[in-house]
Amino acid sequence: MNESRQFTPELLEEVNRIVSLFPEGKQKSALIRVLHLAQAHFGHLDTEAMDYVARLLHLNPIEVYEVATFYSMYDTKPVGKVKLEVCRTGPCMIEGAEKLVSYIEQKLGIKDGETTADGLFTLKSVECLGACGYAPMLQAGESFHEHLTEEKVDALIEEYRANPVANYMGLK
Amino acid sequence: MSKKLLLEHIDVEGIRSYEVYRKQGGYQAVEKALKTLSPDDLVEEVKKSGLRGRGGAGFPTGMKWSFLAKPDGVPRHLLCNADESEPGTFKDRYLMEKIPHLLIEGMILSSYALGANQSYIYIRGEYMFVMRIVEQAIAEAYANGWLGKNIMGSGFDLDLAITPGAGAYICGEETALIESLEGKRGNPRMKPPFPAVKGLWQRPTVVNNVETIAAVVPIVNHGGDAYAAIGIGRSTGTKLISASGNINKPGVYEIELGLPVEEFIYSEEYCGGIKNGKRLKALIPGGSSVPVLPHYLVCKTAAGEDRLMSYESLADGGFATGSMLGSGGFIVYDEDQCMVRNTWNFSRFYHHESCGQCSPCREGTGWMEKVLHRLEEGHGTMEDIDLLWDIQRKIEGNTICPLGDAAAWPVAAAIRHFREEFEWHVRQPKLCLERNYGLVTEKKFEAQPA
Ligand SMILES: Cc1cc2nc3c(=O)[nH]c(=O)nc-3n(C[C@H](O)[C@H](O)[C@H](O)COP(=O)(O)O)c2cc1C
Ligand code: SF4
Ligand code: FES
Repeated sequence: MNESRQFTPELLEEVNRIVSLFPEGKQKSALIRVLHLAQAHFGHLDTEAMDYVARLLHLNPIEVYEVATFYSMYDTKPVGKVKLEVCRTGPCMIEGAEKLVSYIEQKLGIKDGETTADGLFTLKSVECLGACGYAPMLQAGESFHEHLTEEKVDALIEEYRANPVANYMGLK
Repeated sequence: MSKKLLLEHIDVEGIRSYEVYRKQGGYQAVEKALKTLSPDDLVEEVKKSGLRGRGGAGFPTGMKWSFLAKPDGVPRHLLCNADESEPGTFKDRYLMEKIPHLLIEGMILSSYALGANQSYIYIRGEYMFVMRIVEQAIAEAYANGWLGKNIMGSGFDLDLAITPGAGAYICGEETALIESLEGKRGNPRMKPPFPAVKGLWQRPTVVNNVETIAAVVPIVNHGGDAYAAIGIGRSTGTKLISASGNINKPGVYEIELGLPVEEFIYSEEYCGGIKNGKRLKALIPGGSSVPVLPHYLVCKTAAGEDRLMSYESLADGGFATGSMLGSGGFIVYDEDQCMVRNTWNFSRFYHHESCGQCSPCREGTGWMEKVLHRLEEGHGTMEDIDLLWDIQRKIEGNTICPLGDAAAWPVAAAIRHFREEFEWHVRQPKLCLERNYGLVTEKKFEAQPA
């Protein structure tokens, strides 16, 4: 495994801190958060990344695969640097979520679920994110962008073009 | 005792920080409890308060606490459910984001009452930015001696941590939450054994919603009796309502239970009425899982009484003419909204979120989504409507966890109250794509031969 395929000392320290939040022998409870760190660091969770996490936490690789494939926030395939995740559920739908998705599709020249050729953006419609009163909305990295309009989306995409947030759910 | 118990200080500048929270009387409830109340006294106060779970089911909190098994030498755990993924619900996020120390104070009190020395807040992964706020607040609480060993010299030890999920509505179900906290897939467990006996790491465990735990703070500050004096009947205290949909002022409101629904929707203090001068068509009062009410059952019950924001009044009439307070996810629909489309949208949600363990849920939710989509796109038949009714009936009550019911109820209620609109989709497949049926009672688009 080359160096970029391992955690930095800061990340390893964070893993130790997370493990220490649970009783002796219950380090498996740290898995979900450590996978977030791994995804932020490696870009997505391929087999190599998952095996690495398994070794870190002294788990069987299968225990990691099971979890990584269950939760919707984990990507086991490559995605863009910035994931634009638009909420499509009821309250957002009636405030124009579908139009918003079409607008972004047109603007970026991709379909829902796809990634731009430059590898910068992935568009994904997702289920309720807990911002129903501030609809329509999307999540990018750790940020919620609410009360969206086409103008706001334009500005947002410009902003992310200039500064793609790769640090998704990683160290702060 | 003021009517705002949780959000009383929400507008105080800097209330997110420890210093400001403390200055506003924060952590006084912990001082009071550790100095003057035994854990059993505290459970008694919560019983007296009449507090009911704010996560959706409304189970009396004091009673739940008294069920916790206490075998010698086995640690017990309190888990706070901050998974908040029920469509229409965003109040826990609001509370944690704005006033995180209120939750931490509630966690200390509740852990003390239960004799738990290691407690966790399980937060949905998408709320990572909220998690960082709470984590910061937990660090402040440690630094000021409210967490850790021998808190305030009382001999009570408590370690508290927050830990994220990674995108799965099902992890809000308490046994799925426990599985997830153990670092596994969020598959609900068969009950019994109940978490109160075998929960996290097979130890006795209590799971409570964020708002439930926060409510313990005013209960300790003012006393259980004073809390019970607020509200109406068995709906005591206040409730956070997440208001969304076609209203002028969406957002999170703290209401005294018993407030008339009409006042909540139309008064300037709360939702400020329907947007753009439109008329009300339907209401989902408690999150996507509860039955939808047609406009004529929103402000009045079938018996002609004022409909109130309370567990009992919202459920008045059972599922025939009532609904549920649920999580307080209050979704308002105006006359331009399509009930078939909305029902399809929610069915897609439940299909997406089914963990797949039970066939009625896994297959049934997918089937309902498909049939609803067909109807919505104008390719449905009258038999499809009956088929939908049949599928939802076969899911309800036949699954390991209540997600199956949660998927079935909205479909049942939509057909029950908006059958004409479903039929209109079959009769007028072209029109239904262009516009919506309008209010049910108007018969605006009287049936025409197809
Ligand atoms: C599918 C499903 C999702 C749920 N999601 C949540 C949730 O996000 N937050 C919550 O507090 N309770 C949720 N619940 C209810 C919990 O199982 C549990 O009843 C609740 O956390 C208990 O806390 P309370 O008594 O304080 O309400 C959910 C239940 C089901 C069946
Ligand atoms: S009812 Fe659905 S979500 Fe619940 S355990 Fe069964 S398959 Fe999973
Ligand atoms: S429905 Fe979009 S955030 Fe809840």
